[in-house]
Amino acid sequence: MAFFKKKTAKDESYYLASQWVLMWRKLQKHKLAQFSLSLLLVLYLGALFADFIAPYGLEEFSSLYKNTAPTKIYWEDENGDFSRPYVYKLKKVNDKKTWSVIITEDTSEKYYIDLFVEGGEYKLLGLIPSNLHLYGLVNEAGEVDRSVRVNIFGADSTGACIFSRILFGARVSLTIPFVSAAISFVLGILLGGISGYFGGMVDNIIQRIIEVLSAIPSIPLWMALSAAIPPGISVSAMYLYITIILSFIGWTGLARVVRGKFIALRKEDFVMAAKLAGVSDFKIIIKHLVPGFLSYLIVNLTLGIPGSILGETSMSYLGLGMKAPATSWGVLLKETEDLVSVAQCPWKMIPLVFVIITVLAYNFLGDGLRDAADPYK
Amino acid sequence: MSKGDQILDIQHVHMRFASKGLVVKAVTDVSFPVMEGETIGIVGESGCGKTTLGRCIVRAYEPSEGKVMYTAADGQTIDFLQIDKATMKKYRKEIQMIFQDPYSSLDPRMTVYDIIKEPLVANFPKMPKKEIERRVMEIAEKVGLNTTYLKRYPHAFSGGQRQRIGIARALVISPRVIVCDEAVSALDVSIQAQVINLLHDLQKELGLTYLFISHDLSVVEYISDKVGVMYLGKMVEFAETRSLFSHPMHPYTESLLSAVPVADPTVKSERIPLEGEIPNPANPPSGCHFHTRCRFCTEKCKREVPEYQELEPGHYVACHRAQELTLRGFTYE
Repeated sequence: MAFFKKKTAKDESYYLASQWVLMWRKLQKHKLAQFSLSLLLVLYLGALFADFIAPYGLEEFSSLYKNTAPTKIYWEDENGDFSRPYVYKLKKVNDKKTWSVIITEDTSEKYYIDLFVEGGEYKLLGLIPSNLHLYGLVNEAGEVDRSVRVNIFGADSTGACIFSRILFGARVSLTIPFVSAAISFVLGILLGGISGYFGGMVDNIIQRIIEVLSAIPSIPLWMALSAAIPPGISVSAMYLYITIILSFIGWTGLARVVRGKFIALRKEDFVMAAKLAGVSDFKIIIKHLVPGFLSYLIVNLTLGIPGSILGETSMSYLGLGMKAPATSWGVLLKETEDLVSVAQCPWKMIPLVFVIITVLAYNFLGDGLRDAADPYK
Repeated sequence: MSKGDQILDIQHVHMRFASKGLVVKAVTDVSFPVMEGETIGIVGESGCGKTTLGRCIVRAYEPSEGKVMYTAADGQTIDFLQIDKATMKKYRKEIQMIFQDPYSSLDPRMTVYDIIKEPLVANFPKMPKKEIERRVMEIAEKVGLNTTYLKRYPHAFSGGQRQRIGIARALVISPRVIVCDEAVSALDVSIQAQVINLLHDLQKELGLTYLFISHDLSVVEYISDKVGVMYLGKMVEFAETRSLFSHPMHPYTESLLSAVPVADPTVKSERIPLEGEIPNPANPPSGCHFHTRCRFCTEKCKREVPEYQELEPGHYVACHRAQELTLRGFTYE
C-alpha cells in the first residue's frame, strides 16, 4: 500500500509541475549536462574566489622563475618514506661546459606546501580584506617565505604563476560572454521581435541587414572594430569595447531565432484562442509568445556563449582584444604564438585546456537544455 | 429575444488568400441564416473551406467580402465583420470558438485554471478574484472537469479532458454562439460521444447556438438541426438535417452520404465513389465546380455556374439538374 501512496504523490507533483520545473527535471536526467553544469559552477567559483585560491597575485612575479616548468612536488623524503608534500627552491648555476646559466633545484632546504598560508593582500569579493591563500609554502621552521614559489602549472615569460593567471583570466574570459550575450539578447529580441511581429517590409529590411552582417568574415570585422578602439585606454574600458564588438555580431543569429519562434507561435491555436477571447496583443506577447520561446532563447544563449568565449580568446590571441598587463585566457595563450615557446615550455598550453573544457561544458549543457525545453516531448 | 429568432445571418461571405500572385478562393459567396438555439452542421472534404468559413465568422480572419449580421443579446443587429475595436470588445465574448486540436489549443505553459480564467480577465478586468474563482469552478464542474485538478498543467490531461478544458474556456464568458471547428475529430470514438453529449447538454441548459464544422457525417447528423454541404469554397446544399439526409438534391451530397459507414453487416450499402482529386482552389473548374467529378455532368454544367436557390422550403441547392435528378439518401427506420 505504501508503494502506491508513494507513486501517487510523485505523480501529483508531476501533474502540478510548471514548464520550468519539468525542464529542470528533464535536465537532471541528462547526466552529461548535469556534469557540465557542476563543472562550470566550479570554474565560475574559481574565478570568483581567484584572489583566495591563487597563491600569487597578478603583480607577483619573479625573474628567477621565468619560463620554468611546473614545480616538482615531492611526496617522499630522502629515505623513501612518505612525507608532507614539499618543494625545493631554485638556484642559478653556471654550466661548467657551456658557461650558460641554468636553473636547477637547490636541495639544501625543503619548503612544505601548506594550506591557508599568508601571502599577498587582497579583498575577498572586493569587500573583505585578507591575506590568506588556499595554499602556499612554509619553510621547515613554519615561516612563510615569499621568495620560493610553487607554480603547479609552471611560469610564463615574466615568471608569474600560470595557475594564478588562469584563475584571474577566467574573470574576464568567463564573464565577457555573459555581458556580450546580454547585449545580443536585448538586440536580438528587439529586432527579431519587430521583424516577426510586423512582418512585411520591416521584416524584409531587418532580415537583409542580418544577412549582410553575417556575411562579413568575423576576423577582418574584429580587426576593423578594434582598430577603432583608442590605444592606451584602461583595462575596464577595453573590456567594455570587446564585449560590444562581440555582441555586434552575436545578435544576428538570435534575432533570426526570435523571429522564427514569433512567427511559429503566432500561428498556434492557443494564440488564436486568446485573441478570440479578447486578450490584447500586448498581453498575448507577454503571456503566450515570450514564455513560449524563452526556453529556446536560453538554450540558444547557452549554445552561443562558447562562441563568445572563443571569440574573446582568438581576438586576444591575435592581439586585437585584451593586451597584457590585462589577463584573459586569450592573453595567456598569446605566449604560445611561436613554435619555440610551445616546444620549450609546453605548460604554456594549459590555458587552452581550460578554454576547451569550458566550451565543451557549455555545449553539453546547451544540448541538455535543448532536450529539456521541448514541452511536447 | 426568444429561442427561434434569427441570431446570425451570414451574407455572401468571400475569403480570398493571395500568395505569390495566386489568389486562392477559400470561401466563395456563402450565405445562410442561423436561428438561436439551433445547431448548424457544416460538412465537406478536407480543403473545402469549412474551417476558413468558421474562422471568418468569428473574425479570426478578415473576410474579403460579405457580412455576418449578428443580433446581439441586447437586441441590436450589427455586422460583426465591420464593427470597430471598441464595439468589438463588447460583442467579442458573445461569439466563441472551440478548436480542433486539443493539444495545440492550450498553452502548455499555463495551468488549466489560468487558461480557463484568461477570457474572464480579458473581458471583465474589474471582476474581483473571488468571483473569477467561483465562475471558473462553476464552469469546470459543468464540463465535467475535476476541480481539484485545476492547478495542473495541460500536459497532465488526456485528449478528451483537454477538449473539455477548451470548451470550458469558450463557455466561461457566457457566449451565445459557438463555432466548433472539428471539435471532436481528434478524439477517440468513445470520447467523441462523451464530448458531443456534453455539448448537447450544454446547449439545452444554456441555450447555445452551435456552428458545428466537421467532416464526419454521422456526428453532424446526430447533433445538427440543419446541415450545409461545402465543396471547393462554395455552399452546394443547405437544408434541415432530415431533409438533406433523406433526399439530398446535390450529387456531391449523395456521394458523401453513400460513404457513411452503416453499423449493420446485413445492409449492403452501395457506395457512389467520387473520382479524382478535389480540384485546386487556386484554379477551380469552370461552370459548376463539381462538374469534373459529377456523374450527371452535362455541357451546361461545364459552362454555367449554377445558382444557389431555394428549391423546397428551407432546402437550398446549387445544381442545374437538382430538380430532374432523384438521388439516393439515407434511409431512416
